[in-house]
Amino acid sequence: MLSKRIIVCLDVRAGKTTKGIRFTGNIDIGDPIAMAAEYYAQGVDELVFYDITASSDERDIIIDVVEGVAREIFIPFSVGGGIRSLDDMHRVLAAGAEKISINTAAVQNPYLIYQGAKAFGSQCVVLGMDAKKVEQSSVIPSGYEVYINGGRTPAGIDTAQWAKRAQELGAGEICLNSIDADGTNDGYELVLTALISRTVSIPVIASGGAGLPEHVLEVFTETDASAALIASMVHYQRYTVRHIKDYLAERGVPVRRCIS
Amino acid sequence: MIALVNYGAGNLTSVARALQHIGEECTITREHDVIRASDRVIFPGVGAAGEAMEVIRREGLDTAIRHVVAAGIPFLGICLGAQVVLEESEEDGGTPCLGIIPGTAQRFQGPAIKIPHMGWNNLSVRAAHPVLAGVDARAQFYFVHSYYPAPARDEDVIATTDYGISFASIIGRGNVIATQFHIEKSGEHGLRVLKNFCTWNGSVALC
Repeated sequence: MLSKRIIVCLDVRAGKTTKGIRFTGNIDIGDPIAMAAEYYAQGVDELVFYDITASSDERDIIIDVVEGVAREIFIPFSVGGGIRSLDDMHRVLAAGAEKISINTAAVQNPYLIYQGAKAFGSQCVVLGMDAKKVEQSSVIPSGYEVYINGGRTPAGIDTAQWAKRAQELGAGEICLNSIDADGTNDGYELVLTALISRTVSIPVIASGGAGLPEHVLEVFTETDASAALIASMVHYQRYTVRHIKDYLAERGVPVRRCIS
Repeated sequence: MIALVNYGAGNLTSVARALQHIGEECTITREHDVIRASDRVIFPGVGAAGEAMEVIRREGLDTAIRHVVAAGIPFLGICLGAQVVLEESEEDGGTPCLGIIPGTAQRFQGPAIKIPHMGWNNLSVRAAHPVLAGVDARAQFYFVHSYYPAPARDEDVIATTDYGISFASIIGRGNVIATQFHIEKSGEHGLRVLKNFCTWNGSVALC
């Protein structure tokens, strides 16, 4: 039976892992390669690295990180942040990432999804989507609007419509982040996650808000999410990936167990 | 020396890195002489069958691969490599493939399941095989695919996996073995299968 995936997200700035609260106030918490190796040992199913480097002259650092990670761990990992062209995608994939995640660039140029899928295969192209609850309207019928530029700018498009369009263009997966829930540790945005995972046939990764193993259980039992993204709950050693998986397995969620 | 057949697939370097990690030397090549003279051959793959077969034919790699298979050299197909060894794929409006193992690659049917089949899943081993030696029965492997191998003969099915239906996730015949999952991205169990392949003599007799 296909397991529900636990994905750990690492925000990387200038070669260091950071964790932010609601997209602001990042603090350094460690070396991304060492952290990747640790989560690999704990049995994480996948990793995501978000390059939150502000300046373009620091872009090459993420390539070094990707190469270092690819030498250490033998599970899929994706890279997002600052990917704007086929050339950017190629560099990250060639350095050893399995997938690339595009967000703002895909909204500005949806054709990039099609181009990436055609060049590297749909399985390589993850659509990152930041969503915020708004008033329902004719423009935003779902009541969840897509935001770009790291969650700062409303894009004026509807999350459900955008998810469907991205799937048609060839996205292989959607990583759905709730801006409202992100950094709160109060649990995933279940209504949003259920909506999007019902809307598309490709896998949806729930993101934003996980603080307890109960939250991960909730998102798997109450929505069709294929994977759950976690960050601070493991970064600050409150839980290990193994602990979260044991908790889920005991409650009947299919997960990949560590066999030593 | 292990030859990694280069037809432009994206996961070549991932497979090369995994081999390096377990201490095996390999060369990424599309030279027929190098492929034919190697001790074992790995055919990794991602992407679409139509495009892959076009490159394989254009570069004459089909002839080199058939020679390797006929010569008894251990041959490993990964992911798309487990589909192109069959006779035909449903992908890209029907793509004639290498025909090393009788059967076809077929598409998963929704809407009850998400397509692609993406993530970690189990194997049910049908026939013991040297490449699975020492692999725990509960081990899971990483899959990403929308088409699956459907070999014509039951004896070519080494392991199956459940995803909506039960499909052949490892197929093999003689010195050919092919996994639908990515052994290079399946953690320690995947590396174990890769290591086993690197010591396999191409015979299915278990010692």
